[in-house]
Formats: sequence, C-alpha cells, structure tokens
Amino acid sequence: MAEIKAPVPGTFYTQASPEEPRYKSAGDPVASGDVIGLIEVMKTFIEIKADTAGTFKDYTVENAAAVTAGQTLAELDD
Amino acid sequence: MTLNIISPGLSTSIQDLGRPGYFHLGIPLGGAMDRFALRCANMLVGNPEGAACFEVVFMGPEIEFEKDALVAVTGAELPPTVDGEEKECWTAFEVKKGQKLGFGFLKAGARAYIAISGGIDTPPALGSRSTYPIGALGGIEGRVIGAGDKVPLGDTDAIEPGQSVPEALRRMPGTPAQLRVLPGLYWHRLTEAAQEGFFADDWSVAPEADRMGYRFKGGKALEFVEREQPFGAGADPSNIVDGCYSYGSIQVPGGLEPIVLHRDAVSGGGYFTLGAIISADMDLIGQLQPHTSVKFKKVDMDEALAARKERKKMLADIRAHLG
Repeated sequence: MAEIKAPVPGTFYTQASPEEPRYKSAGDPVASGDVIGLIEVMKTFIEIKADTAGTFKDYTVENAAAVTAGQTLAELDD
Repeated sequence: MTLNIISPGLSTSIQDLGRPGYFHLGIPLGGAMDRFALRCANMLVGNPEGAACFEVVFMGPEIEFEKDALVAVTGAELPPTVDGEEKECWTAFEVKKGQKLGFGFLKAGARAYIAISGGIDTPPALGSRSTYPIGALGGIEGRVIGAGDKVPLGDTDAIEPGQSVPEALRRMPGTPAQLRVLPGLYWHRLTEAAQEGFFADDWSVAPEADRMGYRFKGGKALEFVEREQPFGAGADPSNIVDGCYSYGSIQVPGGLEPIVLHRDAVSGGGYFTLGAIISADMDLIGQLQPHTSVKFKKVDMDEALAARKERKKMLADIRAHLG
C-alpha cells in the first residue's frame, strides 16, 4: 500500500471546485503523476500528484481539512 | 562558484536583512520574515550577519554545489539532507563539490533559512539582495528561484563545521502562538467590548498569509464606535482617510479578519489599524503555519521596549557563544 503525503501545510481539497466530483474514488486506477487533490496555501493552489501507480483506496482526510506537511492525504493499493 | 537549483521548492527567495529607507516611496522593507533565524544561520557559517540566504517556505529546494561549502539551516524545523543523509538544523555542516542539498518534510515552523559560506552574491538592488517579486526587485531577476537557476556565491575563508546554536537560544512560537500588540492611533475607533474581544478571542492563521501580510480568522467581528465618516474615507466603519501603514500594523478590513503587515507590505491605504505587533514578535509571525492557533496580548510601550531589549540580548548571547 502506498501513501500520498502533503508536501506543504494548508487546506486540502479532494475536488477542484464544489461543483466538480472528487478527483478519485475508491477503485479508480491511479497513474504516477495523476492529480488526486489540491492544497491551498499563500493564495495559491498546489496540485497533489501520485508518485506511484496503483488503485485508489480512499482519502484519509476530509475535503477542506487543515493539513500539515508530511500528513497522509490518501492511500493506494498496489 | 555557483549553486545549481535542481528544484526550487514552493517559493524559495533570496533574502537578507532588507532595504529600509524606501517605504515612503511604497518600496517595502523586504528581507527575511524571521531575521533572527537569518542572522543565526549566517553566524554559523562565518558570514556577516546580514549576508543573503535562501528563505524557504514550507517545502525545501534541491541544490547542487559546484564547490565545497559550509551550510546552516535555521528557523523552521525542515531537516536538511546531503546526498540523502540527514543533517541537524541550527548546526553548520559541510557540503562537498558535486553533492546535493535536499530537505525532508517540514516538522515545525514555516520558514527555514539556508546560509552558505560566502553568502549569495546576486547583484544588490537599492542596497539589498532581498527579493521583492511584486516590484521585480532583488534576487535573481526580481523573482523567486526557479529550476535551472545558477546562483553565485561570494568568496570566503574556510571555517570549521559543527558550530551550533544551543536549543535554549533558538526562538520559535509557542502553542498557541502569542503575539504582543501595542494599541495604536485608531484604537479608539473600537467599542470597549471589541477591544476586549480582540485579545480574548482565539484566532488562527488563514492559509492566504504570506510575505505581504499575515491574515487571522476565527475571532468575533469587531464593532466600531459610531461616527459620521470623514470626507475622503470610505463608507465602511473600518475605513479612514488614507494614511500611512507601519511594518507590523494590524488592519481589519470590514472589522472581520485582522491582517498584520509584514516585510513586503504596502505602505499606506484606507483601513484603520488597531495597533501594531511589537518588533520583538515579528520574527515569530514568519514561523506560523496556516491554521496555527494565535492569541494577541496587549502590552504598553515599556513592555514592548523591554521585549526588544531582551531579543537583542539573545542575539548577543549567541554571538558570544559562537565566539
């Protein structure tokens, strides 16, 4: 199982906007480099990308949650 | 000799102690958000205290060295690595020619300072190498560093690695972070309840906080003493006839979210400012992550000056310790 961690602290979003669906849902295939969420900090949105391929398991934090650097955001099954 | 920027981090900028003297022209002070940490980093590698360093926010860069150098990382706890091997923060270590300086995940604080023996030797602008991106001033072409940049270093005499700032002399915000405030010219604009509420309420750092200003949220909206707005002031009770802002002043647009103006702030405008963060606590703001809990504490001028003196003593103690 692989974990995707926050590179920076901020506010984590699982979707690009309230109208759009989540980037990934359980069971979705994930390729290395796929965007799985956004972190908002210092007036910018940083795309959070998977660094390995796998199958999306779930987000481990809620949409719009405050996160710290190094915190796990989502898990992938190999 | 140069440094090769392999990856820049989130927003890594070249900073020194800033360019005071131009604020009346709208050019901000600039310089490190945590000047205490920058001074310490420089001392550890044998540089003048005001030499230019990298200011790293939240996420570290990766840098390849073209020559042996001494490096120190202070401020935020952002663990440095040399070719993957972890090094201590607040302690000088060697990086050899061809090696790469990298970083692990941020553990505490917000901004780390990377001092390199010789100091960063980009061309000064208005007496400072500090980067002010909005004004395209200082740094490399007036911007934050990018992948592929080559950063020049000054010359230096070799000094020994291993010097360290003792933990008791490092300075980081507590939990909650306490920021001391000296009420200012427009304090009377707030009702007594709002004056008390500002200091009683629990605030947290808003994610949009940056080098221009630190915004806080979570406290109650401020109530203003009723008045007929003077000619030239906007209709909102938080508006004034345009005035000067100081470094550290606290404006509260609409009475809602206080903003502390920091190193890259605007110099004037039409918001009332309820007071200012005392100079001794401005460095602490540079170490606040988003969502950090904050309490504001009211002090008077005597307490503010005593705090400034105390901070100067701390620096003097570090100078003495490092000889």
